[in-house]
Amino acid sequence: MANDSYYDPKDLRKFGKITEWSEELGTKFFDYYGKVFEEGALTAREKSLIALAVSHVVKCPYCIDAYTKGGLQKGITKEEMMEAVHVGAAIESGATLVHGVQMMNKYDKLSM
Amino acid sequence: MLTKSLKKQNKELANAQRQLEILSNGIFGDKELPTFAKKIEETGQFPLRPKKLEVLQINLGYMCNQVCEHCHVDAGPDRKEIMTRETMEKCLEVIKNTNASTLDLTGGAPEMNPNFRWFVEQASKAGIEDFIIRSNLTIIRANKKYHDLPQFFKNNKVHVISSMPHWTRGKTDKQRGDGVFYKSIKALQELNAMGYGMPGSSLKLDLVYNPSGAFLPGDQESMERDFKKALLEDFGIQFHSLFAITNLPVSRFLDYLIVSDNYEDYMYNLVDAYNPVAVENVMCTNTLSVSWDGFLYDCDFNQMLGLKVASKIKHISEYNEELLNNRNIIISQHCYGCTAGAGSSCQGTVIPAKAGIS
Repeated sequence: MANDSYYDPKDLRKFGKITEWSEELGTKFFDYYGKVFEEGALTAREKSLIALAVSHVVKCPYCIDAYTKGGLQKGITKEEMMEAVHVGAAIESGATLVHGVQMMNKYDKLSM
Repeated sequence: MLTKSLKKQNKELANAQRQLEILSNGIFGDKELPTFAKKIEETGQFPLRPKKLEVLQINLGYMCNQVCEHCHVDAGPDRKEIMTRETMEKCLEVIKNTNASTLDLTGGAPEMNPNFRWFVEQASKAGIEDFIIRSNLTIIRANKKYHDLPQFFKNNKVHVISSMPHWTRGKTDKQRGDGVFYKSIKALQELNAMGYGMPGSSLKLDLVYNPSGAFLPGDQESMERDFKKALLEDFGIQFHSLFAITNLPVSRFLDYLIVSDNYEDYMYNLVDAYNPVAVENVMCTNTLSVSWDGFLYDCDFNQMLGLKVASKIKHISEYNEELLNNRNIIISQHCYGCTAGAGSSCQGTVIPAKAGIS
């Protein structure tokens, strides 16, 4: 099958097939995955928003597709979705910026 | 925003035969996905057969004051198909003698039928246990002559079921047209003031939620919780139950799926979410649908696809419940919409929400 892209949206439909090449691990993963997203101390809605934020941070296009659709199914509004993405982005940029302290420490140490 | 029906626009998908071709070819024709018949055969549920008749659903006409983007009826102000008083009289004879416990009036906007009030008054005398009118809410505010509908509904003790795609304005207006949200809110407040939807009230008011886009409805109980909280906090509105209904790939929704390049993904979603338990309780096994011109169908969707019942009794004028119950239900790929996840019917899901299906 000719495909000049690393990512094909249709591949998301085939995700379950990873089990075919390693049944035990694949099955364990999908059982775990399913359990994680059930209603618990957090609602399925809250978990869906966390998943959407993380999807952006790990830059997974399949996950973004899946959890945008998942959010719509749960009645999550676009404002809520965008705020969740900003939470992810804030943590990610914070993680970069907090290293600025390391730079400052090193700078001060090296400077007279 | 849509202002005309597909029929008025002479669109290809106004043709039921063309819709059935699309649903049978492509991903289903080349066996990428199993047909619905094949799928239910796997669990020994083919052919699908009726159980006891519980719901008689009568479509009073395709005319509507709204032109909703997802409408499987392709209803709108330009549709002229309206049930005549003569056909209504035939329906009343059936209503008086049926064993069904629910009478369900739908459209279009059934209130726009000029004989609507006469028909409701006559039908309410038959003593059917649950008499439902599917009202789109905005009709109550559409014209002065409809302003007293809440009182009329109350006088006839009918159960009102209304559509509300979201508790926020944006999503509702996008699906149903500008201004629909606030008109619906106003109508719900009027129904509440009449006693409809209040806790413990016998005047039943239920809402229907159907997704405004190419995705499936979420868990019905969670949605009901969210709707109740938001409508009460923001507008002081109360209602009894929320029915989460899946959009079926028929008419305008099928057209939308194709034009927005979502058709294949949507059908994959429906097939992936197929639940054999939902097949057991699928709506067509306990319902008969009557069209504006008196013909009989397994459901409202089959009506829109022009698939009359597979029985020698095809019209309300020759109605015979026993003979009609001895038929095979006509299916096609749109039926996956009623068997996805917790299932879908005009009364919402057909089984309790199943863990793992979101």
